Amino acid sequence: MRRRFLPYILIFIALVLSVLLSVAIGSVFIPPGDLWRVITGQSPRIITQAAFILTAIRLPHSVLTALTGAALGGSGAAYQAVFKNPLADPYLIGVASGAGLGAVAAMAISWPYTFWGLAAVPLAAFLGALLTVFTVYALARIGKTLPTTNLILAGVAISAFATALTSFLMLRSSGELHRAIAWLLGGSSQAGWGPIMILLPYLALGLGALLLFGHALNLLQFGDEQAQQLGLNVTRTRTLVLLIASLTTAAAVAFSGVIGFIGLIVPHIIRMWLGVDYRRLLPMSILGGAVVLLIADVLARVVLAPQELPVGIVTALAGAPFFLWILRKTKSQGYW
Amino acid sequence: MLKIENLCVAYGKRLILNCVCLEVSSGKVTALIGPNGAGKSTLVKSVSGVVPILSGSVWTNGKDLSSLHSMQRARLLAVVPQAVSMPPAYTVWETVLMGRTPYLNFLGQTSLRDDDLTRCALERVDALALAGRRMGELSGGEQQRILLARALAQSTPILLLDEPTAHLDLQYQVNLLETVHDLAYNDGLAVLIALHDLNLAARFADQVALLVEGEIRARGTPRQVLRPNLISEAYHLPVQVVRHPFLDVPLVLPGAGDED
Repeated sequence: MRRRFLPYILIFIALVLSVLLSVAIGSVFIPPGDLWRVITGQSPRIITQAAFILTAIRLPHSVLTALTGAALGGSGAAYQAVFKNPLADPYLIGVASGAGLGAVAAMAISWPYTFWGLAAVPLAAFLGALLTVFTVYALARIGKTLPTTNLILAGVAISAFATALTSFLMLRSSGELHRAIAWLLGGSSQAGWGPIMILLPYLALGLGALLLFGHALNLLQFGDEQAQQLGLNVTRTRTLVLLIASLTTAAAVAFSGVIGFIGLIVPHIIRMWLGVDYRRLLPMSILGGAVVLLIADVLARVVLAPQELPVGIVTALAGAPFFLWILRKTKSQGYW
Repeated sequence: MLKIENLCVAYGKRLILNCVCLEVSSGKVTALIGPNGAGKSTLVKSVSGVVPILSGSVWTNGKDLSSLHSMQRARLLAVVPQAVSMPPAYTVWETVLMGRTPYLNFLGQTSLRDDDLTRCALERVDALALAGRRMGELSGGEQQRILLARALAQSTPILLLDEPTAHLDLQYQVNLLETVHDLAYNDGLAVLIALHDLNLAARFADQVALLVEGEIRARGTPRQVLRPNLISEAYHLPVQVVRHPFLDVPLVLPGAGDED
């Protein structure tokens, strides 16, 4: 029993530590002592400036980063399970690009920084993601089967198409180009608690629903035929998981831009650590995604301080070699 | 008992099974033999609901299997597939526990009873010692036994096996079929097993059905079906059938007799 809960305890500690690190580090360093006093509410007069930075800027940024990482880690694990491919990732199959296209289209039409202006962006991203995932699905499908190779190829093609359209839209709407590029590279430039309030219901719904599918995803690893012979409604399960994972990805993309490789790296680390049981892999990937993106975000703010890098650059720099390593590893041995 | 009535299955416009009728009795082993491409695997897949049926029906205890949900069907009928391309990273215990799927709630939570049945299934195939190993570390023969255990964990009255001995060494083939035979005789399961080895079918089956080009050409006891003329015609190969030197079963040998 203790062995079962130990990973959760460890990852929770890692999450708390990375949140603390994330709020402490920035253009103004907040010493751990002050951090503690703000959190516990002691002597607020002495450190009002620190308190303001923390609650109005740093904390919402950290929470947004953590939520984004959680969404990408969870949906990455789900895509890998559904497509039975260790390299499946919201990017590889085009969902993120589709979501990005939807979001940019919504921004191109109007870029008002209001609540409803913000709320429309994830909706448009979701539509973009769904459109992509089902186009890819339809293209890759042969009869009642869905060969993985077809799926990945269709994903790459649609992804290239969506990315081209996104670039086109961004070039047309000249004014906000810099901001859109920064957003697209995964710099969560939008500050404050507003985006979080909008993001939270999407993610709570999406990630919560995803957690119900752990056992079903285990069965899918044995192939459609065996899964069905063991009593699983394969088509329904796959459609539902794709819908939910796309919703989750879209919500994350809408507010944090296109951040690559989290959905690839995190489930792999967890799988190497704890094995392939998706009942554990899904929640651990969600929590692990939050931890890894928080750390990447800290690096993005520290490496070239005082300038802040978009976090997508950091994850891509660390993630691409990891991707190649997995590619080699899956060729040589089957830990998958 | 499993009753297959006028079963027709087509891939696209090609008819794979043409009006197949077959009864698989409880407590008996029925072997399905026939050359490659005759439709043996398709028959197993269509009965288990993986391949859609064109016409005909599959009955068990007065229920039409094709009208059931996959979960209801999985409580009546378990399938042992060929152990090819298994996900290597699940442990033996996790794999066999998946046989309990049709009885789990929507969270996939297992109970103590599920653990007990998993343990029994592993003991039954003599593989309890392997419980902690990963599937990828096992030999083909061991993997096949684990898949049989998973089917047993499903606790179904009907067991279907799709060429389970295809890639196994001789001792594993005999081992597995002895277990299967025992499951029919002692546990009263209705067993349908697709086999490519005619002599294993002769030795372990009570009833043999010969499937050729999607049609049942003959069925009956091994002695009735394993006749030189029937087998020669089905496999396009001259064969001799002799009596097994020690057991009271026929033995099929390829090759034409010089005396004829």
